[in-house]
Amino acid sequence: MGLDKIGIAKRIAQEVKDGTYINLGIGIPTLVANFIPENINVVLQSENGLLGIGPFPEEEEVDADLINAGKQTVTTTAGSSLFSSSESFEMIRGGHVDLTILGAMEVSENGDIANWKIPGKMVKGMGGAMDLVASADNIIVAMQHCSRSGQSKLLEACSLPITGLNCVKKVVTDMAVLDVLPDGGFKLLERAPGVSVEEIQNATAGKLIVEGEIPEMQIG
Amino acid sequence: MINKVVASPDEAVKDIQDNAILMLGGFGLCGIPEQSIAALLRKGVNGLTCISNNAGVDDFGIGLMLKTRQVKKMISSYVGENAEFERQLLSGELEVDLIPQGTLAERIRAGGAGIPAFFTPAGYGTEVAEGKEVREFNGKMHLLESWLKADFALVKAWKGDTSGNLIFKGTARNFNPMMAMAGKITIAEVEELVEPGELDPNAIHTPGIYVQRIFQGESYEKRIEQRTTKIK
Repeated sequence: MGLDKIGIAKRIAQEVKDGTYINLGIGIPTLVANFIPENINVVLQSENGLLGIGPFPEEEEVDADLINAGKQTVTTTAGSSLFSSSESFEMIRGGHVDLTILGAMEVSENGDIANWKIPGKMVKGMGGAMDLVASADNIIVAMQHCSRSGQSKLLEACSLPITGLNCVKKVVTDMAVLDVLPDGGFKLLERAPGVSVEEIQNATAGKLIVEGEIPEMQIG
Repeated sequence: MINKVVASPDEAVKDIQDNAILMLGGFGLCGIPEQSIAALLRKGVNGLTCISNNAGVDDFGIGLMLKTRQVKKMISSYVGENAEFERQLLSGELEVDLIPQGTLAERIRAGGAGIPAFFTPAGYGTEVAEGKEVREFNGKMHLLESWLKADFALVKAWKGDTSGNLIFKGTARNFNPMMAMAGKITIAEVEELVEPGELDPNAIHTPGIYVQRIFQGESYEKRIEQRTTKIK
């Protein structure tokens, strides 16, 4: 039931618009790059200091001095540029990056996001996520609808330490595509193939808004 | 030109004392000053405060100095997959300041540029905002963040000349240029050290004014954290 990670990445790739600069977070967001249609031209930003992330290298092309923000070896595209981490965040803070796609542990119905720490248990650090969510105009979250223990990750209010307030615009999960409304609430836009509205309702702890027939996602 | 060459990494770090505040360049293991770190391990200096985006991995980079308990405090943005760092953090053995990456980069840049503080929206409404002045600009809330400076900045470049001009390669640039500016004494290690005039002045990323000591490192390991290649 529901989409796998590839399916989530494929669905998010449909949100990508031609001629934009995009920052992809670690995990599922990184996979999105593989499914952007060829007629859509975008430039991917890596916050360590690269505009124009290319595909993973061939074995003989691997360069220790060329990695993405997930520390994976990458290549550069024709027309790429390299810069310092402070300039990278000048681009982000200055509003020059059009779209940010990142993972989350929790999202609240007013668009708050939590993704950097579980008190007493796990600390990854916020990395660039706090800067990105505080400055990006358009933020899409890619995540599983529920945690491994079956708890909803779409909540009325986040229980974990917050990464940013009122910032998430859209959530794509293994079960659904949802808009976060400016006045609060998750508006159900699409269902994953084979997933019912009732199942999505049961898996969503925050306020879910369902209007009319909800279409199934079209995943190519 | 002023000659800033020192004979070895051990010579470069010889006056780094216990409890010094250090900046160490690098993002993950990319562009880290691995020869200076090795020299600090040999020197056995303790109680260090290390300002660095990450803390290496368990057995390379700053991770090696965590293992030998030479580090008292880390100022970083990402713990990531460093198990020993996470363990020392959660148990309270290591003091850790976690700072949003862009704020960390800008605080270091500000330290080198003589800007004592600045406002940024990153971290508003989060734990990071605790105790900080908040001010509204254009309807958006911002936090007041202060500059960071260090006793010593340890940076790694691709090429350098004897007067301290530096050129970085690929994404190994990352935090190195700002840290070079923010260190009272900046120690640059390079893969290739050349005479003044051999580097194109148009291509210099870090002007030599920021660098006090420079040496050519031998046999760089340049370990890769996530070797990822094209799926066949």
